[in-house]
Amino acid sequence: MAAKEKKKREPMAPLRLWLPAVTLGWLVPGGGHFLLKRSIRGSLLLFAVASMFLLGIMMRGVMFLPRTGDLLTTVIHCGGFLGNLASGVFYLLTVWLGYVQPDAAGHMHDYGTKFLVTAGLLNVLAMVDAYEIAAGKKD
Amino acid sequence: MPLVSLSHFEAALLFALFTSIVMGVVGKNTDRERLRYGVRCFAWFAFALLAIGWVMRLGHG
Repeated sequence: MAAKEKKKREPMAPLRLWLPAVTLGWLVPGGGHFLLKRSIRGSLLLFAVASMFLLGIMMRGVMFLPRTGDLLTTVIHCGGFLGNLASGVFYLLTVWLGYVQPDAAGHMHDYGTKFLVTAGLLNVLAMVDAYEIAAGKKD
Repeated sequence: MPLVSLSHFEAALLFALFTSIVMGVVGKNTDRERLRYGVRCFAWFAFALLAIGWVMRLGHG
């Protein structure tokens, strides 16, 4: 019982251990793994996230902007925006270069939008992995 | 940036491929386990894609 209690309250690893890896991992997908000398895994993550994002752009997917309204609108637009933002430098570059795609009917646009959000969500998984490696919770 | 046009099947397979790569990389602890997990994820994605596709096809008549 006491051991369980102790395990639950395991302190968080110091910020200086994981913050650079997680921040770099957000900015450049796989970057956290490169920083932690996991180059092959970092390359695979960069390849997967970059390919997904680029395909999303080539399918003319829509970038979400945070918008509030009823619950569903808020969840879809704010969640979609966070998903897009999680792609790091790809998102920032795309916005900086002025990519604007109006919402249009068609399965290709829909797939593109999903690819763009999923690229960000996959990068979140990569960031969590980088955090666990940096904090010593995982090899 | 060129415009690509893929079928539902091609787009979903590409989605499955990239997602499986990331899940394989972050999911397990050894390289062998990662490879197996990634391949298994992709196989399940492909299976679900075909199965749900057929369900919809048969459902529509």
